[in-house]
Amino acid sequence: MPWRLLRFGVAKKHPEPRMFTYHEKLKPSYDVVIIGGGGHGLSSAYYLGKDHGITNVAVLEKGYIGGGNTGRNTTIIRSNYLTPEGVKFYDESVNLWQDLSQDFDLNLFYANRGHFTLAHTDSAMRTMRWRAEVNKHYGVDSEVVGPDFVKREAPMIDLSCGHAPILGALYHAPGSVARHDTVAWGYGRGADMRGAEIHQQTEVLGIDVQSGKVKGVLTSRGYISTNKVICAVAGYTPRILNMVDIKTPIYIHPLQAMVSEPIKAWLNPILVSGSLHIYISQSSRGELVMGASLDPYEVQSTRSTLDFVEGLSSHMLDMFPFLSNVKVMRQWAGMADMTPDFAPIMGKTPVEGFYLDSGWGTWGFKATPVCGKTMSYTVANDTNHPLITGFSLDRFRNYSLTGEKGAASVGH
Amino acid sequence: MKILTCPINGSRPVSEFYYWGEIRPMPNPDTCSDDEWAAYVFNRNGAPGVKKEWWCHTASNIWFIAERDTEKDVVLRTYLFEGEI
Repeated sequence: MPWRLLRFGVAKKHPEPRMFTYHEKLKPSYDVVIIGGGGHGLSSAYYLGKDHGITNVAVLEKGYIGGGNTGRNTTIIRSNYLTPEGVKFYDESVNLWQDLSQDFDLNLFYANRGHFTLAHTDSAMRTMRWRAEVNKHYGVDSEVVGPDFVKREAPMIDLSCGHAPILGALYHAPGSVARHDTVAWGYGRGADMRGAEIHQQTEVLGIDVQSGKVKGVLTSRGYISTNKVICAVAGYTPRILNMVDIKTPIYIHPLQAMVSEPIKAWLNPILVSGSLHIYISQSSRGELVMGASLDPYEVQSTRSTLDFVEGLSSHMLDMFPFLSNVKVMRQWAGMADMTPDFAPIMGKTPVEGFYLDSGWGTWGFKATPVCGKTMSYTVANDTNHPLITGFSLDRFRNYSLTGEKGAASVGH
Repeated sequence: MKILTCPINGSRPVSEFYYWGEIRPMPNPDTCSDDEWAAYVFNRNGAPGVKKEWWCHTASNIWFIAERDTEKDVVLRTYLFEGEI
């Protein structure tokens, strides 16, 4: 109603509360400072308050809430990983996702669609069987299916895929999608209601470390003292780590994605093909959300390229030739913080009071709830949560990697 | 389309090239400690900056060095390896 909108516009006191409280100034000190106002940082703030009663918390965000990789991913949620550490961790996350809309009182458009990882070669089929067995062992709903089953669930598919016929797929019934920016808002609002402060447009310029312990954080809006810092900044991780002099294997490559114009609903499941380097799902607005493999070389910016759209579109037409007249509406890139074994780097670090939530490369969105759960536990108890011990930074020094490459992403 | 200049073949589309990462000095495996060796094997400098990198023109198998600003993705110069980096 225009009149209602006009009245709302000129009202002195707005009757509807904003999503987050605006704080004029930073406090001189906080119990915990979280760098990065994306899903991971905000969910850490949320669970610090909800599970551990720690509410004197500041979340510092250089840009705006959810403007980084939280708003740039392709929103896929699944737990059919390859290593026992990965499967247990992501399965806990999928469990948390189920109740999140209720928790937040906010509709995340969480939609259970089913997830297919297509195999076009014998060796891919072998990896699918391996993953299915590991998954089933840990109670995750996962099985190898034939091409007929794929065709039944996605009737528009061309099973020959041009030159790479589909031999079968790993089918993961709990695979889902959710509206990603709402996840950041829901966690942010929940943290805000419990007393955490969210400071946007606040850049971290330095971290004060004295005799191996965190003492404070220097920001673009002044100095704050704190003994505990969580770093959850995805593609900016190496820059923050230089401030505390911690070396890691993290390297940054852009990951690009694009959406088509909205079209009538025709695709229910989420489809991923490692051989064709694509993944695709249809959003609740009807747009096709599509992604490909990492860009082939290091870049620390979020510009996207024409090469990407051409390459992805060509592979998409191999699988769905009838899309040839559908237009691409938007494309973008995010900075993926990659690790050599495709598993994250989480938990305590050599600097006391500095906790790392990083190495989330191309697999971070689905882990948003469980990262908040485990990082908040780790900070509150100063002990790595049992679910993240396989992801510690030490593993590289000890050559005990958590090899997740076969399941983390496509086309690596 | 992005263009990279091979010192032998001239300007070519970047899809013809293979990226092999930043040039890093290797410690002597006979004398360095296990920690130093692990750091060499795994650790990377992920922060942006002007870096010297190995690239290969795959069509002709020419390996060369590119100095590139990894934040702006601008190549400052490319040259062949001549014993010194």
